[in-house]
Amino acid sequence: MNYRYNIGCSLANLKGIRDFVRKTLYENHVPEMQVSAIVLALDEMCSNLMIHAHHCDPNHTLELKIDRSSNNEYIFEIIDDGSVFDINRFAEPTMENLVHEKRKGGLGIRLVKSIMDRIEYRTEAGKSICRLTKMI
Amino acid sequence: MVQIKRLQEADAEIIALIGEIDASSSIDLDLAIAKSVGEGFKKILVDCHALEYISSAGLGVFMSYIEELREKNIYMVLFGLKEKVANTFEILGLAGLLHIRENKNDALKLAHELSV
Repeated sequence: MNYRYNIGCSLANLKGIRDFVRKTLYENHVPEMQVSAIVLALDEMCSNLMIHAHHCDPNHTLELKIDRSSNNEYIFEIIDDGSVFDINRFAEPTMENLVHEKRKGGLGIRLVKSIMDRIEYRTEAGKSICRLTKMI
Repeated sequence: MVQIKRLQEADAEIIALIGEIDASSSIDLDLAIAKSVGEGFKKILVDCHALEYISSAGLGVFMSYIEELREKNIYMVLFGLKEKVANTFEILGLAGLLHIRENKNDALKLAHELSV
């Protein structure tokens, strides 16, 4: 399997990303609860990139690829033009701090780290590639 | 896209969420809660039975109100969460920070108990 999706960096396009991921995983008979969690993790990663690396500029694009390396290991790659936003470098805020500081952000990183088995970054031919791996 | 309806039942405000809440639509949830708080409601019920999806942007809105509601003695109870939505709350351990009940009657009951 090898699925690709290209999208402009507008938050209005997040729904399209979710629909693409959901459809692809259902086609491959991934159970519903797993699909929901993966859709959430990819929404979080893409919205983070759109907001923090691309400032929601619809002329900037992201590419999302979905592949499977073995029967039960799914690989999701988010590819963009060289702006690294490595969530491994961000400390997760504690829940107490989130409540106390009335912060609306910071939960997404926690969600992605809880859902995905591996989060890796690399650069290839001037492109940044974020690779998320999930065992099903 | 999320559609939000506000209606009043007895002395409680009910905010019904229909559709999906993500980074592009969480502002609508924020505005709805702000209006209910601004209008002085002490019991706010959030009807989630038609909520199909919520991302961290929406969860962050609920989190950001926890202290303000506590300070103002306002009681917010969520109800009717679908399993896939409830799972998102559980991954983050939010179930312990927010009041969540299965249905509207239980939510109303809890809001009454908390406010006496």
